[in-house]
Amino acid sequence: MIPGHCGISRRAVLKMMAAAGASTATVSQWPRRASSASRLVVGAAYVGPKDDYGWNQGHAQGVTAVKKIDGVKVVEEENVPETVQVQKTMESMISLDGASLIFATSFGYWEHMLKVAAKYPKVQFLHGGPTVWKEGMPTNAGSYNGFIDEAQYIAGIVAGYTSKTGKFGFVGAKPYPASLRNINSFTLGARTVNPKAMTQVIFTGDWVLPVKEAEAVNSLADQGIDVVTCHVDSPKVVIETAEKRGIFSSGYHVNQSTLAPKGYLTGAEWNWEKVYTDYVNWLRDGKSWPHMRRGGLRAGIVRNAPYGPAVSEKARKQADDAKAKFTDGSFVIYKGPMKDNTGKTVIPAGKSYDATDIWLESMDWLVDGVRGSTRS
Amino acid sequence: MRLLGGSPRGAAEALTIPAGALAVSLILFGIFVALAGANPLGVYETIYSGAFGSWFSWQNTLQRATPLMLTALCTALPARLGLVVIGAEGALIIGALATVAIASVLPGASHWTVITAMMLAGMSAGGLWVGLAGGLRYYRGVNETISSLLLNYIAIALMNHLVGGPMRDPLVLHRPSSWHVGERNMIGLIPGMDVHWGLVFGVVGCIVTYVLMQHTVFGFAARIVGGNVRAARMAGVPVGRLTLVTCLIAGAAAGLAGTTEIAAVHGRASTSLVVGYGYTGILVAFLARQNPLAVIPVAILLGGIDAAGGLLQRWHDLPDATVHVMRGIIFLVILASEPVYGRLRVFQQSVVAPSNGAVPREAA
Amino acid sequence: MEALGWWGVPLAVLGGAIRGSTPFLFVSLGECLTEKSGRINLGLEGTLVMGAMSGYGVSYLTGSPWLGVLVAGTCGMVLGAVHASICARPRVNDIAVGIALMLFGLGLAFYLGKPFIQPNAPRLPAIPFGWWSESPQVRAALEVNVLFLIGAVLAPGLLWALYNTRWGLAIRAVGDNADAARTMGYAVDRVRLLGTVAGGFLAGIGGSFLSLYYPGSWNEAISSGQGLMAVALVIFARWDPLLCLFAALLFGGAGALGPALQSVGITSGYYLFNAAPYVLTLLLMIATSSTQRTLKGAPSELSVTK
Repeated sequence: MIPGHCGISRRAVLKMMAAAGASTATVSQWPRRASSASRLVVGAAYVGPKDDYGWNQGHAQGVTAVKKIDGVKVVEEENVPETVQVQKTMESMISLDGASLIFATSFGYWEHMLKVAAKYPKVQFLHGGPTVWKEGMPTNAGSYNGFIDEAQYIAGIVAGYTSKTGKFGFVGAKPYPASLRNINSFTLGARTVNPKAMTQVIFTGDWVLPVKEAEAVNSLADQGIDVVTCHVDSPKVVIETAEKRGIFSSGYHVNQSTLAPKGYLTGAEWNWEKVYTDYVNWLRDGKSWPHMRRGGLRAGIVRNAPYGPAVSEKARKQADDAKAKFTDGSFVIYKGPMKDNTGKTVIPAGKSYDATDIWLESMDWLVDGVRGSTRS
Repeated sequence: MRLLGGSPRGAAEALTIPAGALAVSLILFGIFVALAGANPLGVYETIYSGAFGSWFSWQNTLQRATPLMLTALCTALPARLGLVVIGAEGALIIGALATVAIASVLPGASHWTVITAMMLAGMSAGGLWVGLAGGLRYYRGVNETISSLLLNYIAIALMNHLVGGPMRDPLVLHRPSSWHVGERNMIGLIPGMDVHWGLVFGVVGCIVTYVLMQHTVFGFAARIVGGNVRAARMAGVPVGRLTLVTCLIAGAAAGLAGTTEIAAVHGRASTSLVVGYGYTGILVAFLARQNPLAVIPVAILLGGIDAAGGLLQRWHDLPDATVHVMRGIIFLVILASEPVYGRLRVFQQSVVAPSNGAVPREAA
Repeated sequence: MEALGWWGVPLAVLGGAIRGSTPFLFVSLGECLTEKSGRINLGLEGTLVMGAMSGYGVSYLTGSPWLGVLVAGTCGMVLGAVHASICARPRVNDIAVGIALMLFGLGLAFYLGKPFIQPNAPRLPAIPFGWWSESPQVRAALEVNVLFLIGAVLAPGLLWALYNTRWGLAIRAVGDNADAARTMGYAVDRVRLLGTVAGGFLAGIGGSFLSLYYPGSWNEAISSGQGLMAVALVIFARWDPLLCLFAALLFGGAGALGPALQSVGITSGYYLFNAAPYVLTLLLMIATSSTQRTLKGAPSELSVTK
């Protein structure tokens, strides 16, 4: 279980050190570009630790799936800041490891990735996030993103059935469009079950702030809220605190059910495994791909975590029915008439926005039924 | 050569002891990675090739060293007066905010006007920020270490507030960011290199402050204050003005680092500015023993370690924190070597002992 | 659960003060002890995170969270000993050593802590002081961890000991005038070593509270700078252990204020709320410092008060 420092015996260390001292030949055997020239090398950069029970872990799981493909070698770096440093990391993966496909998995990598992409036209660059590729940008760059709010909508239905108070809590990091879309879709899903459902939002101010996240869950629980979900980089603390307070939780990014065996209802998850293996296979087969790849439940880019023990049969059925409608493409979440929480009509009657509509990626309002503000 | 110690022996000492401390730290670090199951020699080789092994590595290293030179000055200069200022992180952020602000009020101005204005704004804002700590120290007796630490937190909160509200560019949807200073106002790369102009600012900043501290009346007075405040006061040295001006210059250096982060890298202010350049700068300053000229090679050394950090992850399966451990070990050993100065007999004899490999010929 | 509305705010701040104050309390008591002996240890942030990591790791490996707390304290002692032994050498700046130890402690904790991010370790239990109340909110707010109680008893205990015991006298003597203490026969470096080691022990325990009780998780962002803030907090508390307790409660409660206000609909300016403790400390320092005299209660050997 514990690699490295704990598991290794003293004798092994001594032996290794002796070996290292005896022969300098071992030194020159470290991986070099030449040794990987025949293989497809994929580079991935993460903004945080790979095992954060959240955003970075989701991507790392996707990259792990890629490792299993024959003839593919993966090079990874974690905790890479969103500055010129990530440019150097990508360039280093290209020039020292021979990477020909780069996954840049944090929003703040986009501008840096475009700069590097312009410099290395033979390498493919892909960015995970709500970024928009436009004509004139490097043609070897692109972005992929999932409509994870569809999974949040399903989670909202499940929460709506399970909640006793009809009050939900959402712990966000910052009021930005993807968060707002998650909050809105979750609330809309819950409101199909309970039209009076209300979601209280708390923004902590940054992507990882454990103490603030725990405080947020506690004050939500104090307000009589009995289902909590979130959009922070590492939902571990939110889920665990909810379990401690004896309220239900709905996960985000990856499966956190082991953290809350009693209260975990379901969760909205990424399926980067599929996305990443697709890209690698396409690259090997010489196929071209779209500059912008978008998809939700139907495309299999997002999914819901298995239902927890507290979810009733009726809720499961209703949620599965809704999922089926997403999968056959017959359902649209954002359909008029729809009002925001200040009473203004945001989508007029008769108008509807398909999930792929780019308008939804600039969402700056909260739907009726949400308590919270989009300002910081 | 009168750069380091005043006497050739002093110079030899000033080069040999840090080199020796560095060697000791590398051995300790080697033992550490060996315990983790990596081959220390392989790790050394990777660090060398990742930092200095090729032209690409060199540029990578220099790029990472660039902000560190300026943030290190923020600690190194006040240290000459005996002050420990750790406020470079905050001054960098405030400098960056001022850079964005000034660019936005000069929409029609020429390229060079805007760039000059941005640099002046960044330097003045950073200068005032650390100057505040210096002023509080002199006029109110508030400890500068604690106040500059608090000012770092306040600067980050202020930036988050401004880029999320008053200075927010509504067109940047997915991350609270300030307005862009304008593509045409960006300062690009040094011709023929993949390193931006910040490197030149850093090197010039170090040389200018070195001359100021080592070869002017101002610097002489500052060193007297650093030696003994009471004696300096009795000798009629204007301690207050020196404290204030030194902190202003120190903050201006960090503020300029903020300007370059905006004008050469990001174009707009956001949380991407908070990556710890200020805190690493403290390490650089102490490793350079507060000598502005020594800041240049030390910053390059640490930039190199940083540049190699990615390779340690990719080639040796070591965690990213390996670099932090290495920095910590170097810092501790260098500090622990402080008492060795003036103790080694080699440097006290009238004839300098045969130079070991670490000492350049002209220094010995 | 019934909704509390606006009453939720003071309750959340009270609960937050109890929950959030413990790391502040332990680190500041430790720092207070070290500073009373005439040295400042700026590296307690590293100690705190190292304590969080080792406490969680040991609790996971052995199944005993209390053993984790003990090991966390021991790690803190080791780091404290490193600080003290480097600082005991001539011409070494204790502030710089502190910063170096902070970098080293953080690096080491992140390095060794990788395998413990995923697994679930047994956590510390809480004592339900709110059993008398019908309200689940009150009961939750009054769930108190034993470490908080230990800290709350330790604070007046330390105050008493500093002024009424032999070793308290030794620490103060060494912290107020090293030369005089030396002529009185005190081994200055040894007293300071013990002061720093004890301080590290407390800071390590504060760290284990973060990972083993609240928020009760080990990851690389577990500390939000409580270790660094504790240094300011000690000045805020005038080097008085009892005031450290109140200051810790204040800082802990301040951390809960932002989320609590948002939960009742006050939604703007939370970055400024979050910065309130720093601004408050700075203002307090400005208001009470003076160039003419050292701060009341301040050990005069301390570099930050000279």
